[in-house]
Formats: sequence, C-alpha cells, structure tokens
Amino acid sequence: MARIIVVTSGKGGVGKTTTSAAISMGLAKKGHKTAVIDFDVGLRNLDLIMGCERRVIYDLVNVINKEATLNQALIKDKRCDKLFILPASQTRDKDALHLEGVGRILEELSKDFEYIVCDSPAGIEKGAHLAMYFADDAFVVTNPEVSSVRDSDRMLGILASKSRRAENNEEPIREYLLLSRYSPERVRLGEMLSVADVQEILSLNLLGVIPESKSVLNASNSGVPVILDDKSDAGLAYADIIDRYLGINKPHRFIEEEKRSLFNKLFRSK
Amino acid sequence: MSIDSTAVSNQRPAIEFKSSTFAVPALIINSADLKEVNAKILQKIQQAPEFFKNSPVLLDIHSITTEQLDLKLAELIKLIRGHTLIPIALRGGHTELNDIALKSGLFIQPLQTLVDTDKPKTSAPPLETKKSPPASTDPGHPVALRSPIRTDRRTKDDGNAISRIITSPIRSGQRVYSEGDLIIMSQVSAGAEIMAEGNIHVYGSLRGRALAGVLGKLDSRIFCFDCQAELISIAGNYKVKDDLDPAIQHKPIQIYLQNQALIIKAL
Repeated sequence: MARIIVVTSGKGGVGKTTTSAAISMGLAKKGHKTAVIDFDVGLRNLDLIMGCERRVIYDLVNVINKEATLNQALIKDKRCDKLFILPASQTRDKDALHLEGVGRILEELSKDFEYIVCDSPAGIEKGAHLAMYFADDAFVVTNPEVSSVRDSDRMLGILASKSRRAENNEEPIREYLLLSRYSPERVRLGEMLSVADVQEILSLNLLGVIPESKSVLNASNSGVPVILDDKSDAGLAYADIIDRYLGINKPHRFIEEEKRSLFNKLFRSK
Repeated sequence: MSIDSTAVSNQRPAIEFKSSTFAVPALIINSADLKEVNAKILQKIQQAPEFFKNSPVLLDIHSITTEQLDLKLAELIKLIRGHTLIPIALRGGHTELNDIALKSGLFIQPLQTLVDTDKPKTSAPPLETKKSPPASTDPGHPVALRSPIRTDRRTKDDGNAISRIITSPIRSGQRVYSEGDLIIMSQVSAGAEIMAEGNIHVYGSLRGRALAGVLGKLDSRIFCFDCQAELISIAGNYKVKDDLDPAIQHKPIQIYLQNQALIIKAL
C-alpha cells in the first residue's frame, strides 16, 4: 500500500507546489516509486515546476471521467525514472473532481506506487478537501506570518475532522509542519514570526525550515525541482526534510543567521 | 458541510442541508396497558392543552423493553396521534418494535449512552413528560458529532451533566459544545469557539473564544492556564480582547460572574 501525502496550507502562495515538486523528486531519488498529482484544476502549475508542461496529453479530470487510463495520463519524469506526474486540467474547474473518482484513482495508484503526493490547491473548498480526504500524512506548508499561520491552523482543524481517517475513526492523519520562506535576519528585526512562535501557535511537529532563497524562483522558472540544486540552501533544506520524513535524524538548520567571520565583517559590507 | 459552493452564481441554491438542533419532549412509556396510558395522557393534556397541541414527541419505551412487556406499538402511536401529539421518533425499542415504528413514519433514535440518573422507580407514574432545556446555539460542526435531536432526561442544574474532555488542539474554525463542563487538555487556537452549559477549563493556551454557561447558568466559571482569549463570556456577559486587562495576558486566571459583572482573577 502506498502512503498518501497531502501538501496543503490553506493560504495561497506559500510554496505548496514548490514543496510537492521537491519532495516527490526527493522521495523518487531515494529509490521510492512516487506519483505526484496536481489537484489545482483550473490553475495548473505543477507541470511547469516539474518542467514537463510540453508533454501533457491527458490530465486528472480525463482519468476521473474515464476518458483516459491512468497509464496514458501519467508523465514519467526525464530526470528520475521512479517519478510520475499526473497533471491537472487547465480548461476545467474544481467541480469536475468528485470523491468517488479521486478515491478510485488513488486506489489504483496505491497498487504500484510507494508514495503518492497530492498537491492541494489553496483554500478550503472542494479541491483542497478532495486532495486531503484520503491522506495518511499531511505536510502543512506555512510562511512565518500571522495570516498564513492562522490558515494553516484552520486547515489542521479540517484535517482532524473531515478526512477519511477522521470519518472512519481511524488513526488520525500524521501532521508535519514545513516552515517556508524563512529569513532569520528578518526574524531578528522583528519582521517575521520565529520558528518558536509558529510552533507555539500550531503545536506541531516541525519537519523542516526552508529558507527564503532566490534559487526557488530560478528553479521554478526553469522547471527543475529545487531539491535537484544541491548548491542552494533551499534544495538542501528539502533534502533534509526527506531524510527526516524517512526516519533519519538530522539536526535542523537555516533557523539561525549564518555567522559571518571577522574577515567577512571587515571586508564585506553585506 | 457544504463543499459544493458554486463560485459563479450568487443565487441561493434551491435546497440546503444544514445541521440543526432542537429540543423535543420525550414521552416515556412505562406501562403496556394502553387504557392507563390513554387516561394519563388525557390528564396531562388537560393541564396545558395549548402546550401539547401539535407538539412533536419522542417515544421512549426503554422500560417496556427491559421489562419485556407486550406493547401494541401501532395502536399506541395511533392513540398518541389522536391526542394531537406528533410522535416523530422511537427510542429504546427492540428490532420488531423498531420495524413497526419505521412503518408508521417514525425514525429510530438510538439510546444515548448517558448515565440514567432518573431511572423510573417502581412507584413512578406510568407516564411522564419533561421538556428539555432549549438548545440556544447551533454548535455547527463540533469535533464529535452529536445526535441531531437531543432529548434530555436530565433536569437543569442537577449537577450530573455530562462533561466533555478533549485532549487534542481545538483549531481555528472549530466549535466544540458541551452540555456539562468542558475540559480542554490542549490549546484553543485563535478563531476557535468553545461553549459549555457549565464550566470551562483550558489547560493549554486559550486564544479563541470561550463561552461558559451558555444556557444561563450564572455560577459557571472559566479557568485557563494561559489566557490570550479573543472573547470570554459567562451566561451571556462577555468581554472582548480589547476590554481585557493586558496584565492578565498569558496568565493563569479564573473568570466568574458577580452582580452581573465579570470578575477576572489570577489563580
């Protein structure tokens, strides 16, 4: 049986799709057969970030409507043969999704994948609900600012009460906190909530902190999941997150400001 | 829960399903002798004819089933309808009786797992009706589902109300309701709402709204370990965050009512 992971947040623009792309690539790179599904029907983005937008023929809605088989719609990643992408439809809206159809697809994928990553749309409406309904694990992506934290809190409430596991009284969804776009310098200046603040409000298991980084934008624009950029701190942060998720103990980094040596302080203005 | 919101049209949908709560008197039948039951109903109705006119009732035949009496349910329902009462549900019957009830247009209300404090004694009259306290607020979607119709055999302020203990965090947007005391072992997030007919205890941070004594119990109190509440209310007397003394923020406090005024004291 596959483990179904939903990447969710409530709020938009916090890095759900970036995270979905990075963690699915990370899991596949570790040798786990992984599928990543874009649930953002109507605002299809995942294929762009994965760099496979020119190979999309069929999409999630086609499979739900039985106009195509899963194998026809799944796109195999060119960089990693363990990774498959199921894109969203750009020409439909979220009402094209329904519980029965999503359940059928996830069940079919569960037969030969180890991990299924569901990239949730923003909001708490139908698309987001369907993306999280069948999940076993939830990666809650949060930015260190109050509205994002509040929305994540709302999402956590929905995960705890409206998922399949909650409705069947099974073991609850495992929830993990991913704090993205974090800048220790701005925390010091009081412009951002600190890791401790966010954890106090959400009381959640911190899986990792992803620093604010230019490499994320570059990676998105060039269609390469940022985890493949092993020179960027964001890429390293996602690699750590995968390790921690798979049970390897790694100390948290990118929480403190980098210490500059005396030499740097003297000779570099910034 | 409605997830099928159509973003395009502003029109109201033709139908909507919403959870709601209302109070129904339970008609507890303790005798299988229909003549006796009939006489007692008549007697009750004569005391307050308007009160009983077209009033829905829930038939509770729990003691009939336990004592294995032979009850002619179909006739009983007919008899009750004849008295302008509207039987809507059956509680405490066995399979055979449930079938008859369903055929007569009643639904089956499962026996609540509450401790029966007023178990009918042998000398109890064969028939009693009690109006349960009105449900003033719709609890929306509390963490655990409550039965759609509450028929309480408890009287108000009997000190035996069921308290609820919750160990997981109450997240933003969640609402929790307790018919007795409410004890939260975790935090209550901003934007969450906790309500109790009795006292409220919060052993984590209280950042949301807390309303104790929502049915008017004036001696209800709120106790919390770390007060950052958005709103606190006891029996309808409330204060919002702006009205709260900043000195009590993040402090363990208790809140109670004295001469219509909310008193907030450090613990």
